[in-house]
Amino acid sequence: MSEAAKPNRPQFRNIHITQLGSYRLPLAGLVSFLHRVSGLLMFLLLPFILFLLDKSLVSESSFDYFKGFTSNWFVKLVILALSWAYLHHFCAGIRHLIMDNHIGLDKVSARKSAAGVLVISVPLALIVALKLFGAF
Amino acid sequence: MADNNNIGAKRLVVGAHYGLRDWLAQRLTAVVMAIYTVILLVCFLTASNFSYDGWAGLFSHQWFKLVTFATLMSLFFHAWVGVRDIWMDYVKPVGIRLVLQVATILWLVGCAGWAAQILWRV
Repeated sequence: MSEAAKPNRPQFRNIHITQLGSYRLPLAGLVSFLHRVSGLLMFLLLPFILFLLDKSLVSESSFDYFKGFTSNWFVKLVILALSWAYLHHFCAGIRHLIMDNHIGLDKVSARKSAAGVLVISVPLALIVALKLFGAF
Repeated sequence: MADNNNIGAKRLVVGAHYGLRDWLAQRLTAVVMAIYTVILLVCFLTASNFSYDGWAGLFSHQWFKLVTFATLMSLFFHAWVGVRDIWMDYVKPVGIRLVLQVATILWLVGCAGWAAQILWRV
């Protein structure tokens, strides 16, 4: 494209963190951003996950401690956040792997698959929430 | 390399493919973790009761420890690539970025050591 033919429209590059609230991301962008957020969350909480695995495995009494610890409402919330992170990261990751194979790269399909990720991961996270807080 | 371009004035210092290995490794480790997730879910859901015996029994097999450990190693490498990408995208001062990258490696290596201890104590 020649310089003269370039339309005079605003460009958003490297938006500042203070602009995040007013910046409307496309759906695929939102899913991609949440992929990053969920990944970082799980990375930061790795010691917490290992702590739970440790307590659940080491002995019968530590298993009881694990059960008591995870019945705390705040711990349940953290586990719920981690469950959502895993579910979102998993679904969005599958989408990435499919797109890496040059499938569904056009704008319409990419938006549809991004919506598909949310349609699967959010209800699953809600089911986990209901299970965690004893609805069934 | 057949044509040695790593020495001298024509040394290749930039260009594509430098990140390809990490990119590919991140995808392959993702597949490993996805398969493990399915294995763990099947084992967990087919077990009749979530008791200590059932849970620890699953991890008492050497093959399950090894598969779990291999998956965790995949996770740590996968996380290294992902978190490094985050630092590269958002943290521009080289000094701070280097500190964060080193901290990330130490964090993951520490977690790997702990994971090994947890698994082989069962």
